[in-house]
Amino acid sequence: MSAALITAEGISRRFAKHPDLAARIANKLGAHHASRVVHAVDDVSLSVNEGEVVGLVGESGCGKSTIGRIIAGIDSPSDGRILYRGEDMAKAEGARARHIALKIQMIFQDPLDSLNPRYRMGEIVREAPRYHRVAPARELEAHVDSVLERVGLDPRTKDRFPHQFSGGQRQRIGIARALAVNPELIVCDESVASLDVSIQAQIINLFMRLRRELGLSYIFISHDIGVVRHISDRVVVMYLGRVVEEAPVEELFAHANHPYTQALLREVPRLDNRHISFTPLSGEIASPLAPPPGCHFHPRCPFAMDVCKRVRPALLEIAPGHKSACHLNTEPAAAAAEA
Amino acid sequence: MPEEMKTLVVTGLRTQFNTAKGPVAAVRDVNLKVARGEIVGLVGESGSGKSVTGLSIMGLIDAPGEITAGAILLNGEDLRKASPKRLRELRGDRIAMIFQDPMMTLNPVLRIDTQMIEAIRVHDHKVGRQEARERCRDALGLVGIPSPEERLEAYPHEFSGGMRQRVAIAIAMLNRPDIIIADEPTTALDVTIQSQILAQMQKLCRDTGTALIWITHDLTVVAGLTDRVYVMYAGDVVEEAPVEDLLDRPIHPYTDGLIRSIPSHNAPGQPLNQIPGITPALDRMPAGCRFHPRCPRRTDACLEEIALRSFGPAREARCIHPLVEG
Repeated sequence: MSAALITAEGISRRFAKHPDLAARIANKLGAHHASRVVHAVDDVSLSVNEGEVVGLVGESGCGKSTIGRIIAGIDSPSDGRILYRGEDMAKAEGARARHIALKIQMIFQDPLDSLNPRYRMGEIVREAPRYHRVAPARELEAHVDSVLERVGLDPRTKDRFPHQFSGGQRQRIGIARALAVNPELIVCDESVASLDVSIQAQIINLFMRLRRELGLSYIFISHDIGVVRHISDRVVVMYLGRVVEEAPVEELFAHANHPYTQALLREVPRLDNRHISFTPLSGEIASPLAPPPGCHFHPRCPFAMDVCKRVRPALLEIAPGHKSACHLNTEPAAAAAEA
Repeated sequence: MPEEMKTLVVTGLRTQFNTAKGPVAAVRDVNLKVARGEIVGLVGESGSGKSVTGLSIMGLIDAPGEITAGAILLNGEDLRKASPKRLRELRGDRIAMIFQDPMMTLNPVLRIDTQMIEAIRVHDHKVGRQEARERCRDALGLVGIPSPEERLEAYPHEFSGGMRQRVAIAIAMLNRPDIIIADEPTTALDVTIQSQILAQMQKLCRDTGTALIWITHDLTVVAGLTDRVYVMYAGDVVEEAPVEDLLDRPIHPYTDGLIRSIPSHNAPGQPLNQIPGITPALDRMPAGCRFHPRCPRRTDACLEEIALRSFGPAREARCIHPLVEG
């Protein structure tokens, strides 16, 4: 197995609502206003090997975008650290810090939100390599053109503004901007979710071709299990800020272990299911402001036991490369008694 | 089944938008039929005219948009000839719509009970407040909202996205309409919540005989939910078929391309089959078959206007180079 390119160790990210003036005065006078804390990401570890595509799936509010932003360096963790080839990114300084920060780039969901509407397409792609001197000034334009051609954009359209491109072309601009600084890992946050089916296929094919040609690694964040299955080598499933299961892609689809993963895979609409009676998982996704104690999934879990309400299950290896955080794996006797 | 038995019959619908550059047709010559209790899928990508078709049926097209041709028969009554007063009586009572964003339906400054009771009593003045309230409570229970009695007194912002969409569905179902038009109501929702809502819609249609038009771009949802499907491209219906026929034996190259580009239909890791090019803009439509610039089977004959033709019972397609011969 190739060496880990990026390792995230014990990452947590908490967002606190700061008390307003009235609450601060009340606290000074002796009231006890607890500030509300959201545990968006709670002790998550994951790694990406060189040339590997890791799919990150989960529903709204599970923290998949937050962990992506932390790895891309857009947000910083409350706890834990990010290692680039074994080197702690937070400890790097000066030119070295800037150099390794460039190695991880991010592509967002809605290209119109992430492209400056007043910049011409050429400027959007040129800005970062010029600032970071990725190419000598004389060769900058040739560098930009070659990146544009690589993602299927015509360099003659460099003078156009983002709104003059179609949705699929805008996503290509976002990809070109990320590629222009020669990254090694790209974090794709729902990067094909807003595209039509026929355009989505074009962009997914582009991602796979870039991986082959440039040896790129991806963290592919998506709620679309079909897309993740198609593109990933390994899949990490998150629920309410925690990793509940992690496995190589075919292993996960063949032998999903965690009850949440099983439900998620069962409920993905499939082309070969006709006139089916939907038998959904009951219950709502709990609010991350007040997650249930113990295993976060227990209120919706058909196999919930007493221990699930009290103790957080550990993420344990149940088969080579396959980890799952479920009490059913460690207390089979109790599970059998319940069944 | 004779035409008069159908809940909804749309013939020759044309909706256009009058722009500074002249009129552009978003929907042209669309025919749809929906029987009692039937679930019909209306599938297409952005700009295919699927939402405009839904809005046209509801009579919700405003200037600069305009319906310029066609008939929309609801239980035999032509909605295009109905007065605004008659349309208000029908909408929310016999025909209802669910939007992608439930806040299109809900008023953010009114409690849920106020909105729901109004929806009943505006159509039937004889229903008392208390009786209307009980019906609202039962409707919320039916769509799976826990403790409906208390939730009636909540405001829309106190619900999660999935719960709000359920309230919108409960309101659409309140007066047991003959038909509901649902425009991508689950696209913004998570998978587990989507399947809860699909389950409830399916059950409600079976139990009450309400017909349903499900507008979506997602063929995988269509596969599990619907009985029959219309595929739209650039304002035209290009194919109509029972769901099994459509997915297993598509006739039109566009339908075939859509099915092939779904990731689960391709071997993992292999390049996806893709449809080259993009959907044409409304004011720059190609002549003849609107799909021909992207079509692998095109010939010079495709530059002529192509009519819908029959490919056996309940199957029609707008193509002269079909994948399956009729």
